[in-house]
Amino acid sequence: MANTSDTILTVENMSVEFPTLSGVTTAVRDVSFTVGREKIGIIGESGSGKSTTGRAIMRLQPPQAIVKANRMQFEDIDLMAASEEEMRSIRGRRIAMILQDPKYSLNPVMTVGEQISETVILHERATPQEARSRTLAMLERVNIRDPQRVFDLYPHEVSGGMGQRIMISMMLIAQPSLIIADEPTSALDVTVRQQVLSILDDLVVERNIGLIFISHDLNLVRSFCDRVIIMYAGRVVETIAAADLDQAQHPYTRGLLNALPSLDHPKDRLEVLRRDPAWLEN
Amino acid sequence: MSMIKAHHLAVSYGHGETALKVVKDVSFEVEKGETFGLVGESGCGKSTILGALAGRNKQWTGTIEIDGETIGQKRTRAQLAKQQLVFQDPFGSIHPRHTIGRTLLEPLEIHGKDRRQERIEKVLTDVGLPLNFRYRYPHQLSGGQRQRVAIARALILEPKILLLDEPTSALDVSIQAEILNLLKDLRQREQLTYILVSHDLAVVAHLCDRVAIMQSGGFVEVATRQQLLENTVEHPYTRILMDGSRGYVSEKRNSRREALPA
Repeated sequence: MANTSDTILTVENMSVEFPTLSGVTTAVRDVSFTVGREKIGIIGESGSGKSTTGRAIMRLQPPQAIVKANRMQFEDIDLMAASEEEMRSIRGRRIAMILQDPKYSLNPVMTVGEQISETVILHERATPQEARSRTLAMLERVNIRDPQRVFDLYPHEVSGGMGQRIMISMMLIAQPSLIIADEPTSALDVTVRQQVLSILDDLVVERNIGLIFISHDLNLVRSFCDRVIIMYAGRVVETIAAADLDQAQHPYTRGLLNALPSLDHPKDRLEVLRRDPAWLEN
Repeated sequence: MSMIKAHHLAVSYGHGETALKVVKDVSFEVEKGETFGLVGESGCGKSTILGALAGRNKQWTGTIEIDGETIGQKRTRAQLAKQQLVFQDPFGSIHPRHTIGRTLLEPLEIHGKDRRQERIEKVLTDVGLPLNFRYRYPHQLSGGQRQRVAIARALILEPKILLLDEPTSALDVSIQAEILNLLKDLRQREQLTYILVSHDLAVVAHLCDRVAIMQSGGFVEVATRQQLLENTVEHPYTRILMDGSRGYVSEKRNSRREALPA
């Protein structure tokens, strides 16, 4: 069992604000959480600020956005104070990000192998030969059967599931201690999704690292993650162990659970979520 | 009486040597008022079957009978109006620069219907939208409201069949619940027959009476709702899809569960 008390990331009272012509829009408001050597899920509807939270940790927010926080500590680094140069050496090497659709997040004019090797060549100054052999090993690790052939393929020549495995290998080749996965399986078919998740699961356990798994799929997060953060309108409404999700207290979480059609508990009519303005206070 | 009968239906794209047979010889019947589900992974041909039934795809062989009438490759307007499509993405399927009223007017003009304003008002009420929404543009609507407009546009020609192509997969869970409830109400009130395409078996089990599980252009199994809920489906592929809608099943956790006495 991973040691979850070993904290990798601490976020205290983080807010992300977007100044607009009609005033400041707060996309994320006073969000606090910690990530240990565990799989933590962030759940929320579109616009709840879950992706913005993930990006703000890597300082990848759009230039006009303002990030405020009492504290954002990643291992020995204060993310609020780190210079852009320091951030560049952290991104990809110590914190990695996996995005939703490999079709759009891989470079279409570079071969898959070149893109994966780039990480170690840039961050670790590995020689091309060393980078190649590490890339091949990494491709094998994510269950790609013929790494030699896949190395020379272009992104359009691989399937969605293979693309996502390539993304994972690209993220993990530099041995980061935190992975932020933003809807990594939403574009994949069910059977492929299982494969990709089980690779991710194994790697997180094997390397004893932290994973932030951003998703809108309650069933998926419940079964995959250790802990779940539920976000609503930019706020964290509840943090709960994934196994206890059925006992969630907050009416929003309960509403989401009841709105879900289920094979195990069929009901004639689904409950419709009643949004309470009181959820927006505090 | 069967509302839809498809016998040895095969659909292909392209011509000559490059022709690709996407749907290979499927046969099914859907009763009036029934909801029939089509489930499978991307590229298995589920939307192509809808396309052929709707008259979008004309390269099919076999026989299709709708409402007791045998359908040819070329259809009359009245035949086309009998089944209407609702698409997945409410952002992409509604004209962005037309008001909702104009979007709803278009099918009425094409099919030369009378009492147009009256019909538009009725259909907006039917899908639970306020009447003043006819003056709005799609970007002023939320995803759920847009999907209601898409359903309204399909209903305005008073079809007997709605062909639903992943109608809720672009929506949040709470909005999905609203749309699924609306579809249930409409089916009862308007005596509609549905064919629902989805990749989520939980959604399918919620709405459908029977479901065909598809793999590479053919049916591997036709299961009843009861079979899905009681977990008595036969084909291993159906089980994989069912596990998928429950979330992540770790191989290790699985073996542990099997080791435990039931």
